[in-house]
Amino acid sequence: MSRVHDMGGRFGDGAVMPEPEEVKFHADWHPRALAVTLACGTLGLWNIDLSRHRREGLAPTDYARFSYYEKWLAALADLLVETGAVTPAELQSGVSDGISPLAAKRLEAAAVAGVLARGGPADRVGGPNATFALGDAVVVRQPAGNVMVAGGHTRLPGYLAGATGVIVRHHGTHVLPDANAHGFGEAPEPLYAVAFKAESLWAHPEHPGDEVVADLWQSYLSRA
Amino acid sequence: MPHDHDHPHSLLPSEPALRVKALETLLTDKGLIDPAALDEIIDTYENRIGPRNGAHVVARAWSDPAFKAALLADAGPVLAEMGYVGRQGEHMVVVENTADVHNIVVCTLCSCYPWPLLGIPPGWYKSDAYRARVVREPRKVLAEFGVHLPDETAVRVWDSTAEVRYLVMPMRPAGTEAMDEAALQALVSRDSMIGCGVLT
Repeated sequence: MSRVHDMGGRFGDGAVMPEPEEVKFHADWHPRALAVTLACGTLGLWNIDLSRHRREGLAPTDYARFSYYEKWLAALADLLVETGAVTPAELQSGVSDGISPLAAKRLEAAAVAGVLARGGPADRVGGPNATFALGDAVVVRQPAGNVMVAGGHTRLPGYLAGATGVIVRHHGTHVLPDANAHGFGEAPEPLYAVAFKAESLWAHPEHPGDEVVADLWQSYLSRA
Repeated sequence: MPHDHDHPHSLLPSEPALRVKALETLLTDKGLIDPAALDEIIDTYENRIGPRNGAHVVARAWSDPAFKAALLADAGPVLAEMGYVGRQGEHMVVVENTADVHNIVVCTLCSCYPWPLLGIPPGWYKSDAYRARVVREPRKVLAEFGVHLPDETAVRVWDSTAEVRYLVMPMRPAGTEAMDEAALQALVSRDSMIGCGVLT
């Protein structure tokens, strides 16, 4: 039930290749792809959780062969058609049928700085009370998938399924991606940083003192 | 809804540069994007928002104990006061490296990264190799950056699975006591603020 993007702990990848700080993009079209994606995001047709889900929902062969910004472009094209902002015929021909009714929402150059500075906070007031306190031992849900939608979006990595950890931070109450990506509303829940000993995650941990910390929503967790 | 067998993106040209151009032209013609806004976004992340912001924060924290305490206790208000807020940095946590704990940041599920402080992520941060390996074998990955930690130092890898973004405050190098904040800023590398570099 996993998806290809959920790769934490996977074996078989090669070396990490450091690169100088000055390198921002690797091709001229990369910054355009970034900017087109960001600008379309401000039309309000989808949220960040749905856009992540569309990237994750690429066929595994596409996900593996596409470069980073190709994944972004593919998901963007899919979302634009899915939301009716463009038609498949327009996408294929490259020829516009006419000005979109959404044109009034277009991101203008003068608005860019403000939009980027505001961002999109995910914390919310309300939702269920926090049931865990700092230092509490918790167990992560197993299996790790979205409980509402088969193959649905979740931010619970597979490598944490069933693991026992300890609450080290309470981040407040945040939008639940598992619901928000699927039109079920924001369903905000308490969000915690949970620390896991390396030996509770890996058969051959590198070092006994090492830990992984992940941010996990309350419904991902139960009391140990 | 399940979407696995319906991928309109395959209708676009197969060559990526042409694909972007086709999409940008179509969306511009439909009035959905403004090319001048795209230029503004690109200029922001190519020239205005990058790791020097994070270096400013780190150098100030090294120089000012009260600032450092406030930053570690609740980074949000402190960073807002410095103007380092916004997209992909809405909920910031700063974690401090010490002789006992070395922190590293990753996003195993995608590429979450503190943009207002570090800009857009480097290629390696978004790579499968980094995402897959650093949670399981952080010391081997650090060695690929030329970093070798003593056994007494525990590694803590922060997997950015929510909208919280993490910045690592590297250890201040020895022998820098006389340096002012501007000189200190120049010492702080991007990789050290992700946890994949140490400063000497």
